[in-house]
Amino acid sequence: MVFTAVTALIIKELRVEWRQKSAIAGILLYLAATMFTAFLAFEGLIGPREWNALFWLIMIFTSINAVLKSFIQESDARHLYYYTLVSPTEMIGAKIIYNALLMLVLGVFGFGVFMVFMGMPIGSPWLFFLNMIIGMTGFASVFTLVSAIASRAGGNFTLMAILGFPLVLPLLLLLTRVSAMCVSGTSFVLVSGDMLITVMLVIVSVILSVLLFPYIWRE
Amino acid sequence: MFNPGKSWWKLLGVAILVYVITAGLLFEVPDLPVLRQSIRNIYFHVGMWFAMIFIMFLGVVFSIRYLATNNAAEDIRALAAVRTGIVFGILGLITGMLWARFTWGSFWVNDPKLNGAVVGLLAYLAYIVLRLSVEERDKRARLAAVYNVFAFVLYFLFIMILPRAASSSIHPGLDGNPALATGDLAPEMRIVFFPAMVGWMILAYWIFRLLSRAGHLEGKIAEHIENNYE
Repeated sequence: MVFTAVTALIIKELRVEWRQKSAIAGILLYLAATMFTAFLAFEGLIGPREWNALFWLIMIFTSINAVLKSFIQESDARHLYYYTLVSPTEMIGAKIIYNALLMLVLGVFGFGVFMVFMGMPIGSPWLFFLNMIIGMTGFASVFTLVSAIASRAGGNFTLMAILGFPLVLPLLLLLTRVSAMCVSGTSFVLVSGDMLITVMLVIVSVILSVLLFPYIWRE
Repeated sequence: MFNPGKSWWKLLGVAILVYVITAGLLFEVPDLPVLRQSIRNIYFHVGMWFAMIFIMFLGVVFSIRYLATNNAAEDIRALAAVRTGIVFGILGLITGMLWARFTWGSFWVNDPKLNGAVVGLLAYLAYIVLRLSVEERDKRARLAAVYNVFAFVLYFLFIMILPRAASSSIHPGLDGNPALATGDLAPEMRIVFFPAMVGWMILAYWIFRLLSRAGHLEGKIAEHIENNYE
């Protein structure tokens, strides 16, 4: 029962996204343009450490931008309608899963574009990729609840950013650390501990979101 | 007015802090290289963080109680706790920066512990901004409570994973509790250090109580104005 509702909601999100192509197209273009700006600013002269830092900086800003819309894309009237149909748990579950999918698309796309402009000085590309997938899922899990709060509080980008940044920093700290190791080349055994902690952080923030979302949605 | 039966803990707090400040500045301390007399700062700097964590924890308890009961008084208490916590957090940063200047050579170093402190402060300042950006009282209280709980748990995890990420911290206390481990602190300092922690926590609680009562009164005034003049 829960799963059919969640699946239906995710499909609904995909449809809304497909009908309003401007949102997804906008965010992809934003990502590409930011990366090109970085390329111009650094004139292509960049070491592996800076490569790593810059990549995550760009990804985190893009993620905030992308997730922010998840609760303001649709009108209040529609939200009221959904409220009568599904439970808050199903709603936040679907939003997190959908945002995680969106983040993965952004991650893969961003990685590709960044590689074109800035080169790919990565020692262990597969581990880097795995770490990025975990990380982008983590961004989705933290930012979804924050975007729900921010949208209820007026929904501007500044608020979303200041609310989200302190919460996502633990995640970012772990991600950039693992990622820096991957860039200089490493083995799965060396990074598995940190990756496990990252996964646990993601799980905790999903649980918290599910527990807390009902209080925001009720009105 | 003053009721000793009810306010004994305030007197106790004042007495402890008078003792801590006098003893902290005058008692013998071990003469360690680099630290020298600046070691006395441990009674003040560490105390600020103890008081902050204690009062922030209190704040989360009130936020959870608000979500459970929808009682506006709990929200006022949570806000008072966060405001008190921010004051102690800033004092912790200042005492730490002075100490860093004399022992490490600069006011700020790139260290996981210091960064962790800033992250905590940023989250609580964001809490204040969130409150400022919502007009409606119930909605403001609910959003703030949700954010407080979410932020506190994630921040707590952050502090717990810091030791792991901090393979190269120059700040003492890799296990997360500097100066608490029995082997860390000289015996002659313990008789000042432990009372100091209790004293600062009492002071923080006292400030929190005052802020929270002021908050209640402000709420009443706002209500009165709403009922009579609008």
